[in-house]
Amino acid sequence: MSLTAPLAFPPEQLAEVHRLQALYPDRRAALLPVLHMAQDAFGYISLEVEEYVAGLFDMTPAHVHEVVTFYTMFFQRPKGRHVVAICHNLSCHLAGAPRILTHLKERLGVEVGETTDDGRVTLLSVECLCACEHAPMMQVDDRYEFDLTPARVDRILEGLR
Amino acid sequence: MTGERTLTRNFHRPDAHTLAAYRGTGGYTAWEKAQTMEPAAITEEVKKSNLRGLGGAGFPTGMKWSFIPKNHTGPVYLVINADEGEPGTFKDRYLLERDPHALIEGMLIAARAIRSAVGFVYIRGEYVEPWRRFSAAAREATDAGYLGRGFDVVVHRGAGAYICGEETGLISSLEGRKGWPKLKPPFPAIKGAFGAPTIVNNVETICHLPHIINRGAGWFASLGTKTQGGTRMYSVSGRVKRPGVYEASVAITLRQVIYDLAEGVTGNGRLKAVVPGGSSAAILRADEIDVTMDVDGLKNAGTMAGSAGVIVMDETVSIPEALMVVARFYAHESCGQCTPCRESTGWIYKITERIVEGRGRKEDLDTVLDVARRGAGTTICAFYDGAVGPYISYIEKFRDEFEALIPK
Ligand SMILES: Cc1cc2nc3c(=O)[nH]c(=O)nc-3n(C[C@H](O)[C@H](O)[C@H](O)COP(=O)(O)O)c2cc1C
Ligand code: SF4
Ligand code: FES
Repeated sequence: MSLTAPLAFPPEQLAEVHRLQALYPDRRAALLPVLHMAQDAFGYISLEVEEYVAGLFDMTPAHVHEVVTFYTMFFQRPKGRHVVAICHNLSCHLAGAPRILTHLKERLGVEVGETTDDGRVTLLSVECLCACEHAPMMQVDDRYEFDLTPARVDRILEGLR
Repeated sequence: MTGERTLTRNFHRPDAHTLAAYRGTGGYTAWEKAQTMEPAAITEEVKKSNLRGLGGAGFPTGMKWSFIPKNHTGPVYLVINADEGEPGTFKDRYLLERDPHALIEGMLIAARAIRSAVGFVYIRGEYVEPWRRFSAAAREATDAGYLGRGFDVVVHRGAGAYICGEETGLISSLEGRKGWPKLKPPFPAIKGAFGAPTIVNNVETICHLPHIINRGAGWFASLGTKTQGGTRMYSVSGRVKRPGVYEASVAITLRQVIYDLAEGVTGNGRLKAVVPGGSSAAILRADEIDVTMDVDGLKNAGTMAGSAGVIVMDETVSIPEALMVVARFYAHESCGQCTPCRESTGWIYKITERIVEGRGRKEDLDTVLDVARRGAGTTICAFYDGAVGPYISYIEKFRDEFEALIPK
């Protein structure tokens, strides 16, 4: 973010923030929904974003930071344009998730937690996504991808630009 | 044998999530009926139905509702636990995606019983499609005048943390904090969300209500056992021919779930072990599956019905490896507030990992058992007890397998 363009939501999104805050008996309850919005708008939750969001809630940045770090879905560093999160819990493990993870690492050339050099994909390995009937499975951005095989993984990765 | 299906009866319809389809199959008629009933009469009906919470703890639903202080005049909140996260469980995902109006109608009924004007639906952050589906249904229900006339629904997204499924952790998270569980008492029914009396119920629990109101407590109770009424949804995964979600009576046996509903075991075809109620339930051996799946049946078998997530393992599965995967989960998800939970989950994961890698020590198994037994029951929330269940049962029931991996 450059210094000349201070980080802020455009007016429509600010209105949405106020709508969300009014839904709850205590406006601070809108913090998670607003952090989701902020991550969509700014790419990840930097310290600067934390400070901005804290201002929207009259909270301390420290409080926002404590919340951001508690949840797995908030990124504190830039992430790839796509996030691929393979489930490594029991049912997926039994269905061959470790093999799929190895395949993903090879294809993407990254370890878990890393982003490809071209900024295309961040690879994660996560706990049960509760779609164990389709194990092994993974989440790709907003979508669940089911019944994975190496060939299916290749096709999915090809679709990510 | 598997009896009647109610919760899942419309799942095969591609348009089941729409208001038109829901109304076309009798949707919202129970809400019409409930509006002619006194709140106390609704609670009484739910008590008589023997409906027990299906989120994990199995607490009688009508009784929980009756804990709301009678003379209370301020707001009362209904909170729906759609933070489904128990490994091996995926039923609420189906309900949110395929029958969201059943949840809305159930919420209207529950809200009338507890005199709540606002309900919060806390949906796990990863469930984007279920969240969209449910939000769309809530908009339809508002446009049709079911919501917004005395009862509003707020849809809330989590952000990734298993512990937010625990009801007091969920409330902390709903309030915009990290999802730290709180000591009980006070129970949420006395002092819950935003300091007000709050009822937290699971999605599936609430989805049963329209049928109970329409068909009566007696009908619902007769579907189950003496102490638990109804059907429930079994999430079956692991080494079975047909993994999936199946609705059947709570009186069905675990053997029937594995061999009739899911059509039997894959891998080498021979059952070794099964987890009957999500990963926090103690494991059962192949010779322990002739038990009914109701809360008391599984409790008597030394395990728990939990969320009815059934994870099946055939003889080729390594139990120590399975425990390592489960232990990794608890180590990752502990919220860190209580010392026994924070420390033991981390250490036990490390120990199981070194055992699986052939670096275990002779004393490791007894150390794990000792640490697990001592911490149980001492923590703020039941998360740690849920970790202890697998630690102890996997090792006690399959000790030979662990010992075989430890260098002499
Ligand atoms: C660690 C932990 C995780 C839990 N996760 C869930 C969950 O994902 N969904 C759920 O409905 N209940 C979950 N529960 C149970 C809730 O605390 C609570 O009992 C339940 O939501 C009450 O609803 P019910 O009575 O309708 O089952 C969890 C409990 C614990 C201790
Ligand atoms: S038992 Fe574990 S998860 Fe529950 S409050 Fe204590 S540290 Fe947190
Ligand atoms: S174990 Fe992978 S989705 Fe549940």
